[in-house]
Amino acid sequence: MKKSISYIILSVCGLFMVIPFIWMLTTSVKSQLEVNKGNVGFLPIEQYSTYEEDEKVYRISPVKVDGDSTYIHVFDENMNRIRSYEKVATSEIVENKEVKLHFENYKEAFTKVPFKRYFINTLFVSFSVVFGVLVTGSLAAYAFATMRFKGRDFIFYLFISMMMVPQPVYLIPSYVLLNHLGWIDTYNALIIPWIANIFTIFLLRQQFKTIPDELFDAARIDGCSRFRTLWALVLPLSKSVIVTSAIFGFIGSWNSFMWPLVMTDSPAIRVLQVGLSYFSQEASSQTSLLMAASTFSILPLVILFLFAQKQIIASFASSGLKG
Amino acid sequence: MKKKFDFGPYLYILPAAIIIIVFRLIPIILSFIVSFYDWTITGPGKFIGFENYITMFHDGEFWQSMLNTFYLVIFVVPFSLVLSLIFANFLNGIEKMKSLFRSIYFIPTVTSMVAISIVWKTIFNQQTGLANFFLTKIGFDPMGWLAESRGILDIILSSLGMNFSGFIQTLSGGIGMSYNTLYLLLGGPSLALFCIIIVTIWKGLGYNTIIYLAGLQNIPKVYYEAADIDGAGKIRQFFKITWQLISPTTFYVLMMTTIVTFQVFSQIYLMTGPPVGGPLGTTKVIVYFLFDKGFGESNNLSYASAVALVLFGIILVLTLFQKRLEKKVHY
Repeated sequence: MKKSISYIILSVCGLFMVIPFIWMLTTSVKSQLEVNKGNVGFLPIEQYSTYEEDEKVYRISPVKVDGDSTYIHVFDENMNRIRSYEKVATSEIVENKEVKLHFENYKEAFTKVPFKRYFINTLFVSFSVVFGVLVTGSLAAYAFATMRFKGRDFIFYLFISMMMVPQPVYLIPSYVLLNHLGWIDTYNALIIPWIANIFTIFLLRQQFKTIPDELFDAARIDGCSRFRTLWALVLPLSKSVIVTSAIFGFIGSWNSFMWPLVMTDSPAIRVLQVGLSYFSQEASSQTSLLMAASTFSILPLVILFLFAQKQIIASFASSGLKG
Repeated sequence: MKKKFDFGPYLYILPAAIIIIVFRLIPIILSFIVSFYDWTITGPGKFIGFENYITMFHDGEFWQSMLNTFYLVIFVVPFSLVLSLIFANFLNGIEKMKSLFRSIYFIPTVTSMVAISIVWKTIFNQQTGLANFFLTKIGFDPMGWLAESRGILDIILSSLGMNFSGFIQTLSGGIGMSYNTLYLLLGGPSLALFCIIIVTIWKGLGYNTIIYLAGLQNIPKVYYEAADIDGAGKIRQFFKITWQLISPTTFYVLMMTTIVTFQVFSQIYLMTGPPVGGPLGTTKVIVYFLFDKGFGESNNLSYASAVALVLFGIILVLTLFQKRLEKKVHY
């Protein structure tokens, strides 16, 4: 009894969570005409009227009903209006309903905007950031977790204290700085400032600290250098935290918007989110194209999520326990 | 023999340290400096002291953005917290389809705010959107949603037949405050801002639910077993056991949601306007305000920096306050 209430509530709220996605998908394969008509249903059903004349079926749009007859506009196959305000008998107008998927919306969105270029840019930036974050993060975390040196705790807590500074605070001076370096509108501006991540250092340090001292002693006795110990002992033991860090890095980089919006301008290095934002301004009235572009932009992460949902959810859940 | 100084550890932290110092620490310090100068894209001008902060104090647009941001936080944080705790409790109680529901709730967290904003904007479209479709289906009049600048309290009271603006008119005459200020303060967030609130809650719900779920799973089952034996009902168990033991998670969720909500930007940039922040500035939030000042027409980087630092100050004070509160109620 109590269980079924749980399921009902979870389902109703779950529906609320997925409806925007369903709406996005169905709108992306509707024709703009249907969208503008306010044909809201979730299935991409097209409603249209036809009128037969000389054994040919014409698409028409009714304008005004006048008694038993109706004034109509008549269209040819390419939807060009060929006759206006023709008076025909209402009973001869046929109402049609047809499910039609306009996949050409995707193609059209792609011809309007170089999304392929943006996609490659975003992939390049995200992978570079993830790679950089893992390299700098594991090196630094290794030192913080296993070595003794002067100023260690001070440096570590200095880093940690900067973690909570919100992005808007360093956005403006970063612009000044990158401008000074001549990096505005380059890949450098999108990648270099992000290849070290304080949270990743923190996560990896926590993990490295859990490795028992005996293992380090054994490695030392075997004559392993510091770096070899990191590479051959510490990293293989920390796979899951490394994957977690990579996931955070990738999602964060893929979805980042404000930074690339401010730091880049030219379409050649534009990333997907910024490209999508410009497209939404240019094509604000072409809802179905916009939905096609949005679907395309979230697809990689949704696919990644579906494949690795357990790991991803566990990663996010663990981020809370440490806070 | 004197022990040789070991440079090794420093070499290991060097790559990360360079990046963090150059692209975090220096910009943070620089932001203070920039805020005291007359600084545009072309470079630093003269030292102007606290002028930016004084300007801000007299800037109506700044105060409206602040008010909008507070509205956002005040509505998003409690609703998100309560809803996610409820969801997490239901999820914790079921076995079948648990991971399916978890995934469904979580997808918004991994999708980009840009795409989500574009989708929700079409949902709230007055003529062709889903929101008005449902509203008219269940017998209500269609609403203006993102184009509606009236406060939600005004909308609710007016629909009940009360004259809210007349009341504000009288009150403003009585206490000598301008009608507009009083309306913004008492009318609540505009319907447009309320749409943003809904989207922000929707986006963050999955993450908070997952965090709560992890917290719930950490509560030992014996407490509930003991409570069952004592004959305590489920509701009582929730308030006497769950709510108490989950409090560290609640503080974390509270803190994170507050910090994130103060920094809302993409939703505003993509869903509102044109001009962004409309209608009538009722959706302009503080981060969009500083973005517009810094990179918009006026290009006033120093003013924007000053605003950013005020935002930082507010977040810092709230975080410290929550930390103190947490120490008091820690179990």
